[in-house]
Parts: sequence; C-alpha cells; structure tokens
Amino acid sequence: MIQFIVEPLQYAFMTRGLLAAVLVGIVCAVVGTYIVLRGMAFFGDALAHAILPGMAVGYLAGGGANPSLFWWALGTAVLSALGIGVISRNTRIREDTAIGIIFAGMFALGIALISTTNNYAVDLTHFLFGNILGVRIQDLTYIVVFGGLVLLIIGLLYKEFMVISFDSVLATTLRLPTRLLHYLLLVLIAISIVVAIQTVGVALMLAILVTPAATAYLLTKRLLVMMALAALIASLSGVVGLYASYYLGLASGAAIVLACTLIFFLVWGLLSLRQRMVITRLSGTQP
Amino acid sequence: MTLLNELQKTENLVRRHHSAHQTGTPILKVSNLSLRYETGFALEDISFELHTGERLAVVGPNGAGKSTLFKIISGVTRQTSGQVQVFGADPDGHICIAYVPQRSQVDWNFPVRVKEVVMMGRTGKIGLFRWPRRLDWERAYEALKVVRLEDLADRQISELSGGQQQRMFIAQALAQEAELILLDEPLSGLDTRSQEEIFEIMDRLQEQNVTLMVALHDLKLAAERFDRVLLLNRRILGLGEPTEVFETQTLLRAYGGQLRLLETSDGLLALEDTCCDDGDHFHSHPER
Repeated sequence: MIQFIVEPLQYAFMTRGLLAAVLVGIVCAVVGTYIVLRGMAFFGDALAHAILPGMAVGYLAGGGANPSLFWWALGTAVLSALGIGVISRNTRIREDTAIGIIFAGMFALGIALISTTNNYAVDLTHFLFGNILGVRIQDLTYIVVFGGLVLLIIGLLYKEFMVISFDSVLATTLRLPTRLLHYLLLVLIAISIVVAIQTVGVALMLAILVTPAATAYLLTKRLLVMMALAALIASLSGVVGLYASYYLGLASGAAIVLACTLIFFLVWGLLSLRQRMVITRLSGTQP
Repeated sequence: MTLLNELQKTENLVRRHHSAHQTGTPILKVSNLSLRYETGFALEDISFELHTGERLAVVGPNGAGKSTLFKIISGVTRQTSGQVQVFGADPDGHICIAYVPQRSQVDWNFPVRVKEVVMMGRTGKIGLFRWPRRLDWERAYEALKVVRLEDLADRQISELSGGQQQRMFIAQALAQEAELILLDEPLSGLDTRSQEEIFEIMDRLQEQNVTLMVALHDLKLAAERFDRVLLLNRRILGLGEPTEVFETQTLLRAYGGQLRLLETSDGLLALEDTCCDDGDHFHSHPER
C-alpha cells in the first residue's frame, strides 16, 4: 500500500503535478461555487476556450517559454471576459448569444494560429487537454501567486459577492457597486482558468470549475461550507486522477475530470438512496 | 488592483453622502416625478411628502405603477423627470431606505441561512473588505427578534413559510437600520394569521419611528389599518385619510370596472380589488 503511494512520488514531475492538481483544484472549486450558484457554466466553458489564441500567440512568441504563454493567456482571458460583459450589456443581444459569438470566434482564431506551427497536432493536444506532468517550478509559483490572489479577493469581498449572487435588487438598493463587482468576478474566473490551464486544458476546464462545486451543493446549505467542500473534493480528485493516470496509463487531465465526475455520481447516488430509505421508514411506520 | 481602488472610492462616496441628513425636512419628498416609456407614462407628475414615523398605504389597480414608484424611490429604476429627495438630499447617497420587493424573486435554494440573509442588510454598514463583527451579529439578532424569527436563525431559507420569508426580509431592512422601509405587497399570498403577524411588526416598527410605505391590494385593510392612503393609477388620484380618499367616485375613476363595492353593517363601504397580479394570491372573492 505504502509502496503504491510512494512509488510515483520518486519522480519529481509527479510531485509537481500532484501539487499543481491540488492547488488548482482549490482555486477553481471556490470560484466554481459562484459559477454554479449564478448559472454561469456556459460562460466558464466559453472563457476557457477563448484563451486558446492567447496561448497560441504566447507559444509562438516565446518559443514555448511559459512566462510569455501565461501572460498572453491571462490577457486574452480577461479581455474576453470583459468583452462578453460589454457586448451583452450594450446591445440587444442576449448574454448567452454574446458568449457564443466570442467563444467560437476566439477558439477558431486559436486553432488557426496553432495550425501555422510545424508541430500542430502535439501542441494543440497539450493546449486542449493539459500537460500536468510538464508543470515546472516556475508554473507552480504562478499558480500559488495568482491562485492566492483570487482566494484573497474572494475572502475580502465575500459578503459583497454573496449579495450580488443572491439578490441583485438588494445589492442595488444598498448602493453596492454591482457592475464593478460583477466584472471583478468575471476577471477572477478568468484568472482561475489561466492558472488551471496546464492541469486539465481548455476542453476539460469546465469540469474542474463546475463538478466539485455542484457536488458540494448537494451536500450542504451553507456557502462557506460549500466552498470548503468543493475545494476538498477538487483536490482529492486531482490526487486520485493523477494516481489513476500513473498506474493505468490514462491521460492525466481526463483522469482528474473523471475522478470529479465519479465523486459527483457517488454522492448523488448515496444521497438519493438515503432519501429513499427515509421515505420507506416513514411510510413503514404509518399503517 | 485598480478595480479594488475604484470599489473603495464608490464606498467612500456612499458614506459621505449618507451623513448629510438634514433635520426638520420630510424623510421623503417626491416632486413632479414622471417615468415615461415610448408607449406612454408609467408614472405621471407624482408629488407627495412623507414624514418620519408615518405609515402610508399605496393602493391602485394592477399596472398602476406602485412597484415602479417604489423602485424609483429606492434607486433600482431611474425616473425620466422630477425629483426624489430623502431628508432633503439626493437619494443616491442614502442607504437608509430599504425596499422589500413583492415575495422576492430570489433563489430559495441558495446555500444561505436566515441570519445571513438578515446580515446582508448590513453589507453597507460593515464596509468593504470586512467581515461582520460582533456588533453586526447583535444587530441582526435584534432584528430577528423584532420579527420573531430568532429561533429560525440557523435554518436554510427554503425551510421558511411564506409569512416567515416576508418577515425575514423585513428583518433584513431593520438590520440595515433603514429609516424608510418600502414594502411591496407584503400581505399577498399570506393567510389571515400571517397577515396579522405582519401588521403586528408594522406597529412595532412605527413605535420605533420607522417610516413605512406599503403597497397593498386589499382596500379594506388599507382603510382599516392605515392613517393615510395614496391612491395611484399612473397619477395620484387621492392622498389623505382613507375616508376622504375612498369615495365611490374617486375609486371608480381609479379602478374602472375592476372594483367591487360592498355595503357593510357600519355603513362604510368595504371595497375589494377584483383583479390579481398573479395566480398565487390568497383571495376571498368567489367570482374568480
């Protein structure tokens, strides 16, 4: 058993990968709580895809050096998030349509840019599905700094984000800067996605944002507990996923997401089972 | 971090404005207020004053603009012309007005407890970047006691009944330390007992000098339980004591064919509004 756990850890890339998976899981799950409660899943998915051209430009410009890739991705993500916000606010177009337009356009631009490289297929795969075993010390630093920043801001504005998510009319009558807070939340989601991009990649990003938070939603009726549970579930999924990837030879990003999904169905199944048992017991006592 | 600076600036602005209470002025002064859409007026030339501790019922048929008026006063909607003044100042800087919308359209499954919803009223008072302190929790519990919900403070909000939900939002307004509370149809959908509880709370608020403006459906309750009523149908059709305002001719002008007039034993006309805002009202008239 100990052998089972320790064996992968002798590889430095596995340790770094595990650390990245846990940290990214915590940040994304906490931010994901707002995505689940505010019904922003489509926005999250779109934003993850919209980063692709930024990554492509960063990759082409930096020759694979990660610092430039990170900054380009971050810039693209923040711009796309704000762009979606501005378009849906200032035109008659509905928000989900605005998201669709930006999403598809940016994704296509990313693929077009990557298709100019010689190593098209391999590079695209890394961007789409992540490359967690390629995480370097420097990447971990970025994850800690920016993930920490996201968590810090959420901690500082916890009650404000709760009000705008729960009751926007109240937020207005309390004279909270609702629009500013909304955009800030979009930016926080964007930063979290960029931080997580190497772990699960563009295509599977949505799962790490939404699934642990949704699982936690089933388990609690308190926001703070929901955030904590989501973070726990996400980091656990990261660890389980990476071990599965190591021993079963699965793609790491996919394994992590599958672990999230499995935990969701496990929790959901157990809860429904318990509910059914309670109903049976209740109906059993009544003649 | 410029976004955060921006937030702090807005916050400071609100605080500065809020301190600018002028004594001796009416708590609320509405002058020549209009809201015009492309299709016509939603509200036209509304003027009235409200003094501290008053309790005003706002009645009128559906689409009369009761909710719209409340939304403008509380700053959710903007008027096209005219003025709203709170304590003689622009309401933009004021957080002493609370607006309790008609059975709030919030997500009742949101992971939040009763006391946390009440605490939301204090968001502005606590200030940006801070968490509630002990004083804030004390205020929230005091508010919960006023509406008799202290025993349910730790419940998730979906576990409350309709009347309890309404009371929770009144507690939120109290926690906000609002001096003017706008209640939009607080009685709709409630049974008689729950309605009585709300009236009891209103009495208690009045004792504490809280000014109340209450939109109502039930003209009989408005006549019996309020000193002053405002009859609205886009314009003000009557304002004053119920007996003055609820004259058959004025009411017919406001409601047209939508009204039923009944003779009661003490000679006063008991009046009912025979239409409904939505389907979930508790209603006594048999013809619906």
